[in-house]
Amino acid sequence: MNDTAFRRMKDLPSTHLLGTGTPMCAGCGGLEALHQIYDVLGERTVFVNAAGCMTLLSVYPFTPFRGSWLYAAMASAPAGAQGIRDALDILLAHGRIRTEDDLQPVVLTGDGAAYGMGLSATSGAIERNLDFLYICYDNEGYGNTGQQYSAATPHAARTSTSRGVHGYAGEKKDLFAIWAAHRPAYVATVVGAEPLDLARKVETAKRLTGPRLIIALAPCPTGWDFDPQDAVAIGKLAVKTGIWPLKEYRDGQIRHTKMPHPRLPVEGYLKRQGRFAHLFAPQRNEKLLREIQSGVDRYWQQLEGIRAAPGGGGACT
Amino acid sequence: MTQRILLTGNGAAAWGARLARSDYIPAFPITPQTEIIESIAAWVEQGEMDARLVTLESEHSMVTAAGAAAATGVRVFSATSSQGLLYAMEMLYTVAGWRAPFVLVNVSRGLSAPITLEPDHNDILAARDSGFLQLHCATCQEVLDSVLLAFRLAEDRRIRLPVIVNLDGFYLSFTREPVNLPDLGSVDSFLPPFDPENIRFRASAPISQAVAVLGGSPYSYFRYETHLAALHGLGVYDEIACDFARTFGRRHPAVESYRMDDAQWAFVMIGSFATKAREAVDRLREIGWRIGLIRPRLLRPFPVSTLRHLCSGLRGAAVIDQNLSIGFGGVLHGELCAALYGETKAPRTLVSFIGGLGGRDISDEEFFEMAAVVRRAADAGQTPAPRLLYTEDELRELRTLQAVAHSERNDLGARSKTT
Repeated sequence: MNDTAFRRMKDLPSTHLLGTGTPMCAGCGGLEALHQIYDVLGERTVFVNAAGCMTLLSVYPFTPFRGSWLYAAMASAPAGAQGIRDALDILLAHGRIRTEDDLQPVVLTGDGAAYGMGLSATSGAIERNLDFLYICYDNEGYGNTGQQYSAATPHAARTSTSRGVHGYAGEKKDLFAIWAAHRPAYVATVVGAEPLDLARKVETAKRLTGPRLIIALAPCPTGWDFDPQDAVAIGKLAVKTGIWPLKEYRDGQIRHTKMPHPRLPVEGYLKRQGRFAHLFAPQRNEKLLREIQSGVDRYWQQLEGIRAAPGGGGACT
Repeated sequence: MTQRILLTGNGAAAWGARLARSDYIPAFPITPQTEIIESIAAWVEQGEMDARLVTLESEHSMVTAAGAAAATGVRVFSATSSQGLLYAMEMLYTVAGWRAPFVLVNVSRGLSAPITLEPDHNDILAARDSGFLQLHCATCQEVLDSVLLAFRLAEDRRIRLPVIVNLDGFYLSFTREPVNLPDLGSVDSFLPPFDPENIRFRASAPISQAVAVLGGSPYSYFRYETHLAALHGLGVYDEIACDFARTFGRRHPAVESYRMDDAQWAFVMIGSFATKAREAVDRLREIGWRIGLIRPRLLRPFPVSTLRHLCSGLRGAAVIDQNLSIGFGGVLHGELCAALYGETKAPRTLVSFIGGLGGRDISDEEFFEMAAVVRRAADAGQTPAPRLLYTEDELRELRTLQAVAHSERNDLGARSKTT
């Protein structure tokens, strides 16, 4: 189902709005996604930012944004969006500004704020039916401080605070489900490596009103330990191995927008990243590899009905 | 036409927000402030106040929304107390840095632990260095008037900072006093609509607010700029207070001085307990003391030169702090010492007293005793260590509570051993 104008790659915006020369790392998957998102959203936006890597996008006296920007704090960017939206509504209602001066508040945070400290503020904003867009760039750890594990870190990943042979003991929190449980107007997952899917979702979100929330998986060369030139390939593998399901929630329904056919073994994704190197050397950690693969298998099997082939790849054809 | 009605301190704060034509009220309930937002919510629901009230999920978010809305160009009012103010502390510093002008009422209440509902000033003084300007009230009338003054102060283009209006929980928040309710026309002429000038978000004029800086030089520049704007507040406040007196006939100087003209001695304190000091001054005057009261209303910016002037030539003063900087003592005492140090005619003796914590009363006898302590200290030429006010009766009562606590614990211990 695609009711946007983005039918094929050549329909994507050819002019790019976000300025270059930011202090983001080479190969930043978050910036890759933000570029594409901004091209669709446009400049009649005010980005409300929480502490994270992208706080460094706007460093005095420079900004890559053609629209507006407000840095709030780590926990309360959605409340900043609330204040701006409410103020604009008041000004519009009284005719104190022209309708052309209206702006769309866009919360921009990393996973540290989205999955943890800012969750209460996000929950509050959704429950108040705030008309805003939330973009989370999810690099699966506190990236700006050197990739300590966060609530978004996947099982077994090595981070600065999980350096042992088993990596991170916890499981990645299902933020999509938490957000969707609030029954907002729209929730979606995207990745910069799938630009058509991303553009369609951002365009869909742009047209709706109410709370709209998008999680962009952000392959992170420095945090995940891979060569910056592999960022797109790793993003694509995240989708093809089924570890990052591309989906959207709307009108009470969850729909997957890209089914991985055939679904590749998750090993192919893990092997490309230094944060999972301890699973392969000095010897293979079969137990952890099995845990990760079966976690992915369970997800898709539950989705498609139980199938006979556990483990391995290509279970869902 | 002015109406005279009975209002609680909370009611007076709410009326201040209403008369100021606040556009936006981000809210979160907390005792003893809640009556303020309940009053406003009722007015908004009944269509008596054209404003939008939004309950956030925390004070941290509440102050974020307040700052963001003010930075978008509407008039914002909010209120909190105690733990709420501290929960919002990160954002107090942040929105002051945004130079977002709005008014926040704090209804003072002691801080946990132990948790209490009754007032002292540790909550508001924790916000002392945040960049919010502070006005401290002693009466319900002053609460209403100060909210109006605070909007003028906050929105003045020479300042552009948020302002906290402080009133004491229970003693003011829930005490009814006759209050002159100014008519809307006079308020409108005193407080014109908020002109956000260049601080606003508009599609036709994109701006980045509160961006990061690299290095200490730009950081220092913006911090200094905020500090200098706050210092402008001293002169601007006097202008606004004169204008207020002309419009409404009530004077609210930056520092209230009571019977100070020929004074040799003084009580120095802030907040509603200063009305008790006023009473003590009258009583002491009756028996021949040349004593007065100095009550700073404006605490940030700190009215240094006014305080120097008022203290000049005094023999001694009792600085009564309804707060306790743990490991130091009274905050106001420290600040006054700093203001007076090196002044040739400054009093030699400034004695520090801590009282009124968690709503603990300060009796007339204690005021008389404090005055006597100051006099003895001045005569002896030696300043005693800070005094923590506590009476023998109180100690006896506390010992009883402790005895009960011990016996309950022993009793419980004995019972759990037998089961």
